[in-house]
Amino acid sequence: MPLRAKVASSVSRTAAALSRAAGRGDGSVIGGWIGLKIDPDLLAHLSAGRAIALVSGTNGKTTTTRLTSAAVGVLGRVATNSFGANMPSGHTSALAKAGSTPYAVLEVDEHYLAQVLEATEPHVVALLNLSRDQLDRAKEVAMMAQLWRAALVRHTDVRVVANADDPLVVWAATPPGDPARGIKPPHVTWFSAGQRWHDDSWVCPECGSTIQRSGEQWWCTGCPLRRPEPHWVVEDEGVLDPTGAWHKVSLQLPGKVNLGNAATALAVAAEFGVRPVDAVSRLGIVTSVAGRYAQVDKDGRNIRLLLAKNPASWLEAFDMADDAPTLLSINARDPDGLDTSWLYDVDFAPLRGRQVLITGDRAYDLAVRLDVNDVPFQHVRTFDDALRSVPPGRLEVIANYTAFQDIRAELDRVI
Amino acid sequence: MSSESLRIVWIYPDLLSTYGDRGNALILARRARQRGMPVEVLEVRSDQRLPATADIYLVGGGEDGPQALGAQRLLADGGLHRAVAQGSVVFGVCAGYQLLGTSFFAKGVQCRGLELLDLQSDRGESRAVGELAGEIDPRLGLPPLTGFENHGGRTHLGPEVSPLARVTAGVGNDGATEGAWRGKLLGTYSHGPALARNPALADLLLRWATGAHQLPPLDDTWSDRLRNERRSAVAAARA
Repeated sequence: MPLRAKVASSVSRTAAALSRAAGRGDGSVIGGWIGLKIDPDLLAHLSAGRAIALVSGTNGKTTTTRLTSAAVGVLGRVATNSFGANMPSGHTSALAKAGSTPYAVLEVDEHYLAQVLEATEPHVVALLNLSRDQLDRAKEVAMMAQLWRAALVRHTDVRVVANADDPLVVWAATPPGDPARGIKPPHVTWFSAGQRWHDDSWVCPECGSTIQRSGEQWWCTGCPLRRPEPHWVVEDEGVLDPTGAWHKVSLQLPGKVNLGNAATALAVAAEFGVRPVDAVSRLGIVTSVAGRYAQVDKDGRNIRLLLAKNPASWLEAFDMADDAPTLLSINARDPDGLDTSWLYDVDFAPLRGRQVLITGDRAYDLAVRLDVNDVPFQHVRTFDDALRSVPPGRLEVIANYTAFQDIRAELDRVI
Repeated sequence: MSSESLRIVWIYPDLLSTYGDRGNALILARRARQRGMPVEVLEVRSDQRLPATADIYLVGGGEDGPQALGAQRLLADGGLHRAVAQGSVVFGVCAGYQLLGTSFFAKGVQCRGLELLDLQSDRGESRAVGELAGEIDPRLGLPPLTGFENHGGRTHLGPEVSPLARVTAGVGNDGATEGAWRGKLLGTYSHGPALARNPALADLLLRWATGAHQLPPLDDTWSDRLRNERRSAVAAARA
């Protein structure tokens, strides 16, 4: 490593430690930010010599990154950005902190995928899904797919692990090669994890025609784009690998969506040579991911935290949640997106028949939404009020990003 | 009303449904049913023919590509023009508002609109993103408009339409006026969705569609609280 990179890396670690000691954060961003100021190529220097996997998509990237790290851990030490700090400063911090490791699994914000591909030259990139998220500041969904596709054209040597069920991902993962210049399209391994949300992919990203769906199949009515045959498939409580062998997956994380994340993790690990039979038991050690799915016992209530940031992840959260009293909390601060219109993209009908409580900065937006959805609810001002309003037993908490962090803080920053 | 039930058509949810646009259809249908009106909501996708005999047509927001495609297909279909000629109500939001005009810009190209409203849209220097508020045209007799806007366009009104509102916060058409209306056609940049944040506007569309001069009042406790909270937030941001 060049001297400048060594200094930057060392300063980066010190700043992260200071940030943690001062109680100002978990140090997962600030150290990397300072390091990159000293050496803009620090991320590239820290990546050199490691076999790296990147994990990107709108939803599930933090959890999939955690599961993938567990699976790749079969081979040796893995550096990872486990607190969801998923921009280059977070990657830099994570790699500097981990020291020398043979492997790294990095969660990447979908907007930064091109830049991080460039800096880290990964062995594998996992593309999970693309759907609407924070439209007041994020790129439009189709534009995001276009950016991914353009980035992969420049990195045709990377091995891609991608979701066969998401038309935008399939299109992004299959840029045309250029035989005249000897450029082959990237090698893609497809997984099928199911996709509950379809409302961003009715129109073909290639030709603008309508996309038809029947069961798990989808195809464009105007061009050859269609669902590729997946190599890795979720089946019952397990995963079918490309050889046709079925592996039972016992997760401590709820929901079918996490079985899909587990299939993805096994597929990515397989690209490093990890056999699923060796990795599958390690997936069961993951209990919660930066507070997501964490369970806390307080005042006789067993509180479970589910993060839902956008319409697609709300649908998944309803699938995971037990039939139990449920607290919904919505904010619309900068990290959440300022526009709450997306509440109408979510059908809250699955909550009918449950005791529903609402809170958060934007509880009134939620109130109007639930009213139209014929879901009775009770508005509470504080988390403690919510606790007092439900009987002992399970309380499911579903919240968007900053609302989730607020409740996590009430529970002593549970991880 | 054209038949025994109120027919609401949501135009092209596959293309024009970016900002919770389904909400406008849900709110209209619910407020009609609460008054005892039978309601039928039809979602017409862009590969389907548009029925010309519905009472209310909703055109939602969309990204540039879908907006241009939606306008092309509506022009080719002709159903919306026939419906307007027969006196149907049309409510357009954001991209759906722009495409009711004579022209708009998508992906840097000027596109032909439906020419149902005398207005044209071009690109502003910056994107308008944030809370939008305004005093609505007094002839419509509605309380202040509240919403959230997110668009790169600026809309210039011709003499045949009236502004929906005079802007008190945000940008709207051009920083001074917001939205437009003529006859039973009305467009706005407000999401929220617009009819969730402005139930009186939903009732105006229902009155236009049914010919009723008045509708029985509904319990709008939560909408009122939402409106008050948003008004305070806008005032606090300005202070």
